[in-house]
Amino acid sequence: MGRAKIPRKSTSIDMTAMCDVAFLLLTFFILATKQKPPEAVAVIAPTSVSSKAAPEKSFLITLTKEGKCFLILGDDTKKKEILSDLNTTKGLGLSETELGKLNKLSFIGVPLGQLKGLLAIDGGVAPDKMAGIPIIDSTNNELVDWLRSISNVYAASGTIQRDLEDKIVIKGDNLAKYPAFKNVKYALKKNSIFKFKIATNSETVPPGSELYIQNQENKAK
Amino acid sequence: MAEMDTSSGGGHKKGPGVKKPKKLSTRIDLTPMVDLGFLLITFFVFTTTMSKPTAMNMNEPKDDPDNQLKVKNSGAMTILLGKGDQVYYYMGELLPETMSQQFKSTNFRDIRQVILDKKKGTPIGDLMYIIKSDKEATFKNAIDILDEMSINAVPPGHYAEVDMSDTEAELIRLTEQANGIK
Repeated sequence: MGRAKIPRKSTSIDMTAMCDVAFLLLTFFILATKQKPPEAVAVIAPTSVSSKAAPEKSFLITLTKEGKCFLILGDDTKKKEILSDLNTTKGLGLSETELGKLNKLSFIGVPLGQLKGLLAIDGGVAPDKMAGIPIIDSTNNELVDWLRSISNVYAASGTIQRDLEDKIVIKGDNLAKYPAFKNVKYALKKNSIFKFKIATNSETVPPGSELYIQNQENKAK
Repeated sequence: MAEMDTSSGGGHKKGPGVKKPKKLSTRIDLTPMVDLGFLLITFFVFTTTMSKPTAMNMNEPKDDPDNQLKVKNSGAMTILLGKGDQVYYYMGELLPETMSQQFKSTNFRDIRQVILDKKKGTPIGDLMYIIKSDKEATFKNAIDILDEMSINAVPPGHYAEVDMSDTEAELIRLTEQANGIK
């Protein structure tokens, strides 16, 4: 009785092809996704049902939970002009090299009076050691000056107000106190900026709510 | 699953004294590399879809003392934001004699129904929500209540943020003390 021998086959498979696919996909995802926009300090933004995407290259006003205010001048093409405008209007007395250094900083988080001192420090200062832009009240609100310079430069280049308003984004921490937010709004209003954006994390619309029903109806049409 | 392939080359002698160099296989086990690849893919997929920054539009009214908006008492609802995520509200105008009945406290979960009821029971032309934030309220509270307006589809122009009066701030302070909110 001869039993047919079943040849034992190796269970190993050639992994090369699978490896190729994996890295192809990896490359695709790395290239296709956008990098996280720069942040002065990490804040946890509140959620909202808004589904509009946040604008890029924005003037980002960050409010930390301690109530400190940071500003990111995201529009690289105008950054230099904004800084030199501020230098002349506020009489900061910064030299050409100092302005160049300031231009390289990714965000601003010190009172105007401390800018010169900050630029003198090699290697910079950690964001959490910075005092933030003073926004204490209407008499001591330097964000007004910053926004004025931004408006000035934009107006000089012939940009309409609407385009500027599209670029102004406030990003606040959940735990930031309301008065800090109010002071930021005051600074914006002072410069006749009445429309702006607030950075939020998206949230699903609660089912059954009026907005939910409206959205459903719009979809059906 | 896959192991090092050592079957080819080596292992055969051709008589004594003949020493041939061992032919080593060039095949490597790629399984760990594939694992790593997919791990990274998973990481990228998750991190990118999770953080989708959105923005909410805000419209502030112009400060114009000559052109104050008149609000009908019957259509007005004032929402006050206090500390500890507490919400207070009253309808119409706060009158000294009926203050304690008018002034009600609630939270962010229940305010939706109150807003909705008010919206249903008021002609749209008269409807006005006045939002006032206490200095102890957080940024999250201020955004949440505006978000609540869009969730309830309150048309823009029918809600506004206004500064809080001293009476209201005092009333909140007293209510907080009575309710033991720290």
